Amino acid sequence: MPPITLLRPIHTLEQTPLDVALEPTALDMRLLTHRISAGFPSPATDYMEDGLDLNDYLVRNKPATFLFTVKGDSMIGASIEADDKVVVDRARTPKHGDIVVAVVDGEYTLKRLYKRPPRVELHAENPAYSPIVFRDGNELVVWGVVVGMVRRYNAKG
Amino acid sequence: MATPQFALVDVNNFYVSCERVFNPRLEGVPMVVLSNNDGCAVARSNEVKALGVKMGTPWFKMQDLARTHGIQAYSSNYTLYGDLSSRVVRILQAFSPDLEVYSIDESFVRIETVAHLHGGGVAMGHAMKQRIKQWTGLPVCVGIGPTKTLAKFANHLAKKNAVFDGVCDLHALPKAQRLEWMQGIEVGEVWGVGSRLAKRLGAMHIHSVLDLRNASPQHMRTHFGVVMQRTCNELRGVSCLALEDVVQPKQQIMSSRSFGAPVESLQELHEAVATYVARAAVKLREQRSEAGAVHVSIRTNQFKENQVQYNAAITVALPDATSDTLALTRAASQGLAAIYRAGYEYKKAGVMLLLLRDQHARQAVLFDNLVQREKSSKLMAVMDAINVEFGRDTIRASASGTQQRWSARCDNRSPRYTTRWDELPKVY
Repeated sequence: MPPITLLRPIHTLEQTPLDVALEPTALDMRLLTHRISAGFPSPATDYMEDGLDLNDYLVRNKPATFLFTVKGDSMIGASIEADDKVVVDRARTPKHGDIVVAVVDGEYTLKRLYKRPPRVELHAENPAYSPIVFRDGNELVVWGVVVGMVRRYNAKG
Repeated sequence: MATPQFALVDVNNFYVSCERVFNPRLEGVPMVVLSNNDGCAVARSNEVKALGVKMGTPWFKMQDLARTHGIQAYSSNYTLYGDLSSRVVRILQAFSPDLEVYSIDESFVRIETVAHLHGGGVAMGHAMKQRIKQWTGLPVCVGIGPTKTLAKFANHLAKKNAVFDGVCDLHALPKAQRLEWMQGIEVGEVWGVGSRLAKRLGAMHIHSVLDLRNASPQHMRTHFGVVMQRTCNELRGVSCLALEDVVQPKQQIMSSRSFGAPVESLQELHEAVATYVARAAVKLREQRSEAGAVHVSIRTNQFKENQVQYNAAITVALPDATSDTLALTRAASQGLAAIYRAGYEYKKAGVMLLLLRDQHARQAVLFDNLVQREKSSKLMAVMDAINVEFGRDTIRASASGTQQRWSARCDNRSPRYTTRWDELPKVY
């Protein structure tokens, strides 16, 4: 079935001049509200800076940075608790002592990297968890290096 | 001037790879990503490709195969794909600012002025591939050549042949070898040729990429027109297509979707149409255009052959071009009311904004209502700002309804890992 074409303008009368007449703001005059300084410019102008942005502080490399929500208590010794958000930078090369997001048995795990060849281990910061040890044929997959953490108090979610 | 050198960087099985970045269990598992409304496979993992599943296969047709091989199906998660795509583009921009984003998963990059910094095309290709993999987790292939068409071709070789290890610089190969690769690949693989033209070329004994390269460009022009002539020249290394860095404003904006459940009532159709108008209108305002007409279409499910079929469309001209969601919705509703017939099960509705023009290139209208116009643009700016801040559809015209039973199905969509606080990946 060919499309029906209806090219009749609709509601032309909606735009009668009457509308304008009844609208007092149409006659509003705008007053300039800025002050135009006639004297010397403020000496502080050259020292003006933008406010602080937490993104700048936490995120070094935007395209490589991801956030994760922490679950569980395996890192409480490093002051990382459940529901904290960790900032993970994939561009960093993981070093001994870094806190990393690793993939173990298809799950993400947050641990401190212990790397003193030939020993490669993931350590929890909680005595209730034992280290995860990687032996030959059992390769450690690091997803990214934790470079920051954020927590909100008294806030839901 | 140096010979141009184009790199085409293309993410392998993009949607599937995005899903795998955030779900390590999916590595090596046969999987597909389905189109909107969970209809057809729009991305396949290599395991699924190996089973012979073609692009666009409807999900219901692979049920048996899925059961036998344990194929996982994901609904498309465009929010996630869009975010990862923009990360890839940012990484590439640091390699060379001369870049054209060709699609969500491929970009052309001009590299002739910077390749030497990395030790040549192949080395630079590997550097891009390695960095994108490390920073985003996405695997890419890089094809390099003196023209866009050859870069595309090189990318195809890199993708299909393990010897290249994901990076192929066509002109780093000895000429004899390059021609040999061209001879081994069907002409239908060439960018812009496709299967229909390949058939016609076949009738002229042009079967391989090499055959087309060796054909006379003049001859190709006589038989197929200027586009084929250009392709032929590009295959010979004569660059005819430049990077298109400026995105042309769209001439029309579409928003259409199949419904999750069939819809019969005018009221529900009306809600769907109003929602599509709202989405299209956001895009309209983003590119600072106004629409002069709205096209509305509705149809029943054409695949249900035992069902009575109806489809209709209408173009409603606006008295004055606008980008106001409310005015566009009003026009669309009038059009819908004119074409709606009761007693059918509707499957799909669509809205197209037409006769687009620049917001500033406006013609004065005799009864132009400037006050109304200014109010409307302020209202739209506030509405867009709130929806950006709090998520799409936080504020919308009440015509869109609040139930949206007709809304598209996306039963198995993964979380929006990178854009929602409450959907971040979890780490234990």
